[in-house]
Amino acid sequence: MPTVKFTYALKRFFPGLQQTPARGTTLSAVLEEMETAYPGLRSYVLDEQGQLRKHVNIFIDGTLIKDKTKLSDAFHDNSEIYIMQALSGG
Amino acid sequence: MKSTILLGTRKGFIAYEHKNGQWNTTNLSFEGVPVSIAYADPRNGTWWACLDHGHWGVKLHRSKDRGKTWEEVAAPAYPEGAEVKDGTPATTRYIWSMAHGGTQHPSRIWAGTDPGGLFVSEDEGNSFQLVESLWNHPTRKEGWFGGGRDLPGIHSIVVDPRNEDHIHIGISCAGVFETTDAGKTWSIRNNGLTAEFLPDPPPETGHDPHIVVAAPTNPDYLWQQNHCGIFRTTNGAQEWVQIGKKGTTAYFGFAIAVAEDNPDQAWVAPATADETRTAIKGALVICRTDDGGKTWKEQRNGLPQENCFDIVYRHALATSGNAVAFGTTTGNLFISNDKGDHWQVINNYLPMIYSLQFAD
Repeated sequence: MPTVKFTYALKRFFPGLQQTPARGTTLSAVLEEMETAYPGLRSYVLDEQGQLRKHVNIFIDGTLIKDKTKLSDAFHDNSEIYIMQALSGG
Repeated sequence: MKSTILLGTRKGFIAYEHKNGQWNTTNLSFEGVPVSIAYADPRNGTWWACLDHGHWGVKLHRSKDRGKTWEEVAAPAYPEGAEVKDGTPATTRYIWSMAHGGTQHPSRIWAGTDPGGLFVSEDEGNSFQLVESLWNHPTRKEGWFGGGRDLPGIHSIVVDPRNEDHIHIGISCAGVFETTDAGKTWSIRNNGLTAEFLPDPPPETGHDPHIVVAAPTNPDYLWQQNHCGIFRTTNGAQEWVQIGKKGTTAYFGFAIAVAEDNPDQAWVAPATADETRTAIKGALVICRTDDGGKTWKEQRNGLPQENCFDIVYRHALATSGNAVAFGTTTGNLFISNDKGDHWQVINNYLPMIYSLQFAD
């Protein structure tokens, strides 16, 4: 069962956010599960057309995903999926 | 004068209240987050914060207790498949304007966005729907383009209090559009506008009204600070007339405010045009006209007159009674209690100010 971990920055908006196991076999399915667990979270990570937001990164086992549009990057049962913010701004 | 000022700034939502002759901050919300528009709905006192999170997207929050608590509501979102241009998906990149729908439509709220979509809520802002008639306007994909922002944006929504289904909107860059049926159909209202960045004669759309406002005492008198001067209409935008004069102080700028009690009196915040976008010759100035733009009086008393880089963004100049207030790009907040003849500093150390509104 993959595990989803979140940047601390999202805790400002979702105080109960914590490392969460997922059942989904695609990134999209996993993010839907996270939306159920933390209502509203999806719109912080994806835009309304389902693409990864420009300044948000997802790493699977330490590697940045390649497909930010359809979220088709594969992962394993024991993968760790990190949702991070890109470093930008000032 | 209304006794509250709301600011949308690069680092949060800030409220000032006037008490015992002093303006003091009474609320700071969303510290660190850019607030594109801070808006108070005069019908019910609800405060709205349009957030532009750098990482997490555009978000919308409202408060019914003057900022003590906030509730996030679904921000305007483009429907699946909506495209800015063929092959470019449309997503809400910025909320650039907000306006209540009037007293006859107590649940209606309008929101204008980059990349060019107008949204309407009919349920007090619990949900917003894209106004498809404007989004599908035949001029949009080819005749609208970015100005100030990379993609087209709706920064002005002017609801006619005599008939609240009658609305003018301002789009950079497209121009002014008018509906008389609450957004079912639209007419282009750019007659009389000129644009140095467009071919001559100019196309029907592509104009850059930086802001469009109506005179409260006569909504047929509309004013716009344009990229290419200052324009006014006295017939509901059927025909615009240039009232700025190139080479004089009152010509380029972003903001304009019209007096609450006089449709011929207005203020602009001039800046040096495209080349630098700074205060003119290092000095901050507001200009007021009392005669519909025939003449402009420079109002500098109390404003910095050297080493100044401030300009005033389009939503950051407002008036209430005899008071006029503006916030600048370098975080200075000024107010005048005598229609601009004398200015006082409220704060020199604020973040960049995007919007300013007087509220109850």
